[in-house]
Amino acid sequence: MTDKKRGGKSLGQIKGFSIQFFPYSELRGLDSDGRIKKVLNIILDNNILILQGRLNPSEEARLIGDTMAMIGHVKNFRGIELAVISGGGRESILGKMAKGVANVLAGGDFSSITIIGPASIVKEMKRNPKKIELLLNR
Amino acid sequence: MAIKIIKSFFKRILGSLFKSNKEIKLGFYGPPNAGKTSLANRICKDFTGEEIGTISKVPHETRKIQFKEKVEISYKGKKMVFKMIDTPGIATKIDYEEFLKYKMPKKEAKERAKEATQGVIESIKWLDDMDIVVVVLDGTENPYNQVNITIIGNLVARKIPVLIVANKVDLKKADIKKIEAAFPEYEVIGISAKFGDNLEEFYESIFKLSKKI
Repeated sequence: MTDKKRGGKSLGQIKGFSIQFFPYSELRGLDSDGRIKKVLNIILDNNILILQGRLNPSEEARLIGDTMAMIGHVKNFRGIELAVISGGGRESILGKMAKGVANVLAGGDFSSITIIGPASIVKEMKRNPKKIELLLNR
Repeated sequence: MAIKIIKSFFKRILGSLFKSNKEIKLGFYGPPNAGKTSLANRICKDFTGEEIGTISKVPHETRKIQFKEKVEISYKGKKMVFKMIDTPGIATKIDYEEFLKYKMPKKEAKERAKEATQGVIESIKWLDDMDIVVVVLDGTENPYNQVNITIIGNLVARKIPVLIVANKVDLKKADIKKIEAAFPEYEVIGISAKFGDNLEEFYESIFKLSKKI
């Protein structure tokens, strides 16, 4: 990305990266190993991944563990920034049950969006219940 | 089938008979610098006279799992024995340059970062071994951190009872309501591990959770 001027302020030089969007169908047929491998390949290639749906909690924990093991072994790799936002918010028991059934039928949680990026590019992901804000390193 | 039912019946009876003597594995999980060791120290000091580990303003002070066995906690005439397990803070990124801000020599900072990454891996591995987990959050920080959500999600998936503690309520910036709003399905106890505020409520919740094991 090149420098841009906005209101006289320079956005600074941001090192090259791309943002990749993956529909859930790209992960649906994979087992946990395959999903994590796919996510890691994208991140290690200096990309920010926007994923429809989410990994399950044990996959998220494994992803954190695997990326920790890479720090110090992969050049300039400092870990990841990760955030998940769900569309649901507070729901009634019936609402949760309906969502659960819908997720089972659809084969995944489509109401969530996951954003994962390498910490060398993404400085911080600020998350609140309604939005995720990405702050990038310059 | 009948043998299975009889076996399960005796297992439950014997289990409940010996339950009171069993050491309950109580884990302290959370992001770095939330006060896990401070809280574990406070409890251990109160009931054994000894601390479990050192604390520091520099993140990732705890980089190895720390134990204190046979900690007998007394509360309102009841007693329970716990194995306290203090875990390294879980983070998604570790950069040695962060430690340089605390005037740490580069070599030491790099070593600390290396140990901290191992600590995170250890903490995750130990999730399976807990009976109860106290998730310690910094009451002054944004609770919508994915690490918090991932930890709690993993505990729920493993059916491990969880208590969320909002630490540092002695600080003006602390916002326990924000933590309650982030985790509406869980009990959140506001405490100050530093000053020992509200520990009675904490012990009551721990005793209640122990019954769920």
